[in-house]
Amino acid sequence: MKSINQIQEEIVDDFSLFDDWMQKYEYIIDLGKKLPLIEEDFKTDEYLIKGCQSKVWLKAYPEGDRVYFKADSDAVITKGIIALLISVLSGQKSEDIANADLYFIEKIGLMEHLSPTRSNGLNSMIRQMRYYGVGIQTKEKEV
Amino acid sequence: MKVKQESILMKGTRSVERAREDFPILSTEMNGRPLVFLDSAASSQKPISVIQAINYYYREQNANVHRGVYALSQKATDLFEMGRRRVRDFINAPSEKEIIFVRGATEAINLVAQSYGGHFFREGQEIILSQLEHHSNIVPWQLIAEKKGMQIRVIPVNKKGELQIEILEEWLSENTAIVAVNHISNALGTINPVREIIAKARNFDVPVLIDGAQAMAHGPVDVQELGADFYVFSGHKMFGPTGVGVLWGREELLEKMPPWQGGGEMIHTVSFEKTTYNELPFKFEAGTPNIAGVIGLSEAIAYLGEFNFEEIAVYEKGLLDYCVKKLTQIPGMQLVGTAKSKASVVSFLVDGLHPYDVGIILDKMGIAVRTGHHCTQPLMEYLGIPGTIRASMAFYNNREDVDRLVEGVAKAQMMLS
Repeated sequence: MKSINQIQEEIVDDFSLFDDWMQKYEYIIDLGKKLPLIEEDFKTDEYLIKGCQSKVWLKAYPEGDRVYFKADSDAVITKGIIALLISVLSGQKSEDIANADLYFIEKIGLMEHLSPTRSNGLNSMIRQMRYYGVGIQTKEKEV
Repeated sequence: MKVKQESILMKGTRSVERAREDFPILSTEMNGRPLVFLDSAASSQKPISVIQAINYYYREQNANVHRGVYALSQKATDLFEMGRRRVRDFINAPSEKEIIFVRGATEAINLVAQSYGGHFFREGQEIILSQLEHHSNIVPWQLIAEKKGMQIRVIPVNKKGELQIEILEEWLSENTAIVAVNHISNALGTINPVREIIAKARNFDVPVLIDGAQAMAHGPVDVQELGADFYVFSGHKMFGPTGVGVLWGREELLEKMPPWQGGGEMIHTVSFEKTTYNELPFKFEAGTPNIAGVIGLSEAIAYLGEFNFEEIAVYEKGLLDYCVKKLTQIPGMQLVGTAKSKASVVSFLVDGLHPYDVGIILDKMGIAVRTGHHCTQPLMEYLGIPGTIRASMAFYNNREDVDRLVEGVAKAQMMLS
């Protein structure tokens, strides 16, 4: 399993190949289309992270000290960015998820999508993913 | 009594064709492309004269108003009160006393709901709104309705986005506390039959508030001819600055209403035993007002006065028709809101595409549109859609803007499908 930062570096490398915004967004849209959907059963309010503009559903599957994520969105660009976040964070150790410095987002020029005014649910999703990380950490300590 | 005044609006001789040059921001770039600004319903751009007036005020005219004996303060007060007179002229209000400066349409509605509603509304009464309202003309009424124990009824809309006002015949009664509807829908652009609504309410002596936030940029409003009791609007949607707006109300009603916010300016004498209040309009203008804002709004009105509003109306109608014609050539285009009477606002969806995704691609192409529910969630829910893509145009837009939009939507469709 690659570390969070190794995966981030790979993404940054991939994106450095794109010459313009169109290639970059076509790639993101492609990722969005490929993202394994959450089973329809999970597209409920329980897993919904409400953005003002696009909806995001997130489900976490803890396995040992690691957490796996599945997610979906009704907007495909949001979904593509989710795919990137999942590739970085899914399957990592809960502690690493909680403390991850997600610098790749800025490096590949997608910071604007995390602006709170975009209201696409991505900010809340990252917070929720970290929360799962912390939550599981805490749980383990309790046991 | 109707007071006839010379409208400052219809005299203008400037052609709208060159208006675009007055707006410096329209020659800037967004994401490396010349800006196409199609979000004027959210906030319009400002002409250079407005920008300069605000700048000049702070550089050479700034002082608090209604207070200082010195010349500078007197100058600022004169400019501020000239703004009030211009607003009066712009909407043909009978008196300057009826022009209350507020932060915007939202604050004006809250003022009426709290002051008028707080004083006159009774338990069990009904407030009539419409399905087309902006949250700003819903939530203030919900707050007072909850406090007083009142019901809210909602005038339905048809699939075209037209209000079904016949229902008012059934609903209006002595038990109706107020009718509050918008003049033009921000989400769909529908121009609502406010005259008919007011006439129906008149039969029962029910007061009517018109939310004119979307109307003022498109044409002159004569509040006396309209016959409403309250008319509210925001400066920033009519080429003026943000943070300033107007509540117009009939003097008779405003006189009876208690102050809403307390503070400086709105008092006559203050003692711990008894405070007496200032007269209209100051009774409702607590604290130092937005002086620069009023001066900017005043300049915006003067700017609009350079044009002929009939020409603007024809020009905008031409743009709207062109935009609809071009957009509907895109396969899968679904126009949302096809009312017979519409302002230059086009709300639409493209089959299979999420509005947010389209908005992102358009942004990259330098095209500013609004996507989402436009602060009209009840309307979107009724229409069964999460939101729309909205292109809203002002007289500074042109056909090239529409062409760029259509090109952008086509590209978004290609990339996203």
